[in-house]
Amino acid sequence: METKKKKSLASRIPARVWLLISFAVAMGVWYLLSIIPQTSRGFPNVVVTIEGLITMIQRGAFWQDLSSSLISVFGGYALGFVIALPVAILMAWYLPVRNILNPWIQFIRNIPPLAYVPLIVIVSGVGRRPQIIVITIACFLTMCVTIYQGVVNVDETLIKAARVLGAKDRDIFVRVIAPATLPFILTAVRLGASVALTTLIAAESTGAEAGLGMRIRALASLYESAPMLAYVIVIGIIGITLDNIIKLLERKLTGWQEKREI
Amino acid sequence: MAGEARDLKLKIDNVRKVFHTRSGEMVALNGVSLDIYENEFICVVGPSGCGKSTLLNIIAGLTDATSGAVYCNGKAVTGTGTDRGVVFQQYALFPWLTVKKNVMFALEMKGIKGKQAQELAMQYLAKVDLEKFADHYPKELSGGMKQRVAIARAYAADPEVLLMDEPFGALDAQTRTQLQSELLETWERDRKTCFFITHDVDEAIILSQRVVIMSARPGRIKDIIDIDIPYPRTQETKMTPRFLELKNRIWSQVYQEYLEVRK
Ligand SMILES: Nc1ncnc2c1ncn2[C@@H]1O[C@H](COP(=O)(O)OP(=O)(O)OP(=O)(O)O)[C@@H](O)[C@H]1O
Ligand SMILES: [Mg+2]
Repeated sequence: METKKKKSLASRIPARVWLLISFAVAMGVWYLLSIIPQTSRGFPNVVVTIEGLITMIQRGAFWQDLSSSLISVFGGYALGFVIALPVAILMAWYLPVRNILNPWIQFIRNIPPLAYVPLIVIVSGVGRRPQIIVITIACFLTMCVTIYQGVVNVDETLIKAARVLGAKDRDIFVRVIAPATLPFILTAVRLGASVALTTLIAAESTGAEAGLGMRIRALASLYESAPMLAYVIVIGIIGITLDNIIKLLERKLTGWQEKREI
Repeated sequence: MAGEARDLKLKIDNVRKVFHTRSGEMVALNGVSLDIYENEFICVVGPSGCGKSTLLNIIAGLTDATSGAVYCNGKAVTGTGTDRGVVFQQYALFPWLTVKKNVMFALEMKGIKGKQAQELAMQYLAKVDLEKFADHYPKELSGGMKQRVAIARAYAADPEVLLMDEPFGALDAQTRTQLQSELLETWERDRKTCFFITHDVDEAIILSQRVVIMSARPGRIKDIIDIDIPYPRTQETKMTPRFLELKNRIWSQVYQEYLEVRK
């Protein structure tokens, strides 16, 4: 009874207000962190942090870092997707492809990218190229596995239903398998975005000239925690923005689905 | 029944189907032969696993027979064809298409496009009383409504034979009798050849002209019983003495098979 009552009270508060409450709580925690002596060195307060960011902008570093990171992230992400899509379909359709590739995809997927970054730098030198390669690999692995699941899990009865209605192989691919896989592709796109960002830091440990991840390392060695924290938050904002854009796309494109939570 | 006077639509000729499973060979069907005539309504009953769906899949061309053959209009079946439509137990509607577009899918596969397809689709939906739901997605429909759409879609393809695999099996008793009545009405009107699988002996008798009883391990035809109750039939027909007599006769045979399977 008791909990039910509480729940109904909480559920009467609209989502927007909850967002505000959540934001206020976070700001409170941040403030506490900034005044507790043990944590204050790493967590300067809001004003100092924003000042840190402004300094970086004035130094001309921020926009350069941001654009450099975004180019790497989107480059690697797009490449990863373009490779993952056909590979996943081939894996789903051809047993030999699946049996040869799948164990290694699983194997490499479980290695943190940071571990194999040096190898890639040795092969491809420093600069933009290794960054994109690392992000491509990480995105490819995640997206390939997810899309593969989608293609494999297409309901067999739907293919049969299409076939008995006279659908040819091409119709089945375009009009059944593609739309049935779309939700998984969008999930892959969403997971890929988050992987691309998390891999960014590893990718920029390759002697990048600019970049959010590279700058955080550089600032860390100088104990400049204000701009560092600002950069960390910027990465978070990019992540959540991407996530929400893709979720919006999912709602628009796959609203026909029965409830499914991932 | 004077079968020879009518056109032979489907000929199932000594069909055998063996599945190769991890635990060895499994004979799902053996020596199944059956002639189905034009305009005939045939129901197949039998215990679970006796090969009813396997037989339907072979007729539909979704599965190959290990030996034997199926002929439709005298031509050997080698794959799916638009002369044979299928209604599945799990509806098999495309969830990403609206009700209307699901029906249009069938029309488009026949080369009917655009406005004409839209209008025709609405006509087929009107027949199952679902025009109002034309723009809804399948997830927004009840089970009975989904199956109506699936039936409308099957009709839109305008096959010569309708193959139905327990189409009402997942529905509650009330919806089930409702859809039976609708199907009866439709069939009495157009007399499209139907091959209908069910677990429900009442359903088999009320709908069909002949009930095929199958037995398991390996699946084969045990008996074929003529249902000599005249059409039009209604749900009240289920209370007539002749119906009950036939029901007893079929049920006792089916029940024996259930016992066999449980052993
Ligand atoms: N693809 C398959 N591979 C192996 N065995 C199969 C396959 N499909 C069916 N079988 C086996 O063949 C037998 C007949 O199956 P089928 O689905 O035709 O039975 P059914 O009469 O339709 O049963 P139900 O009434 O439960 O639907 C079963 O024993 C089943 O396990
Ligand atoms: Mg079955």
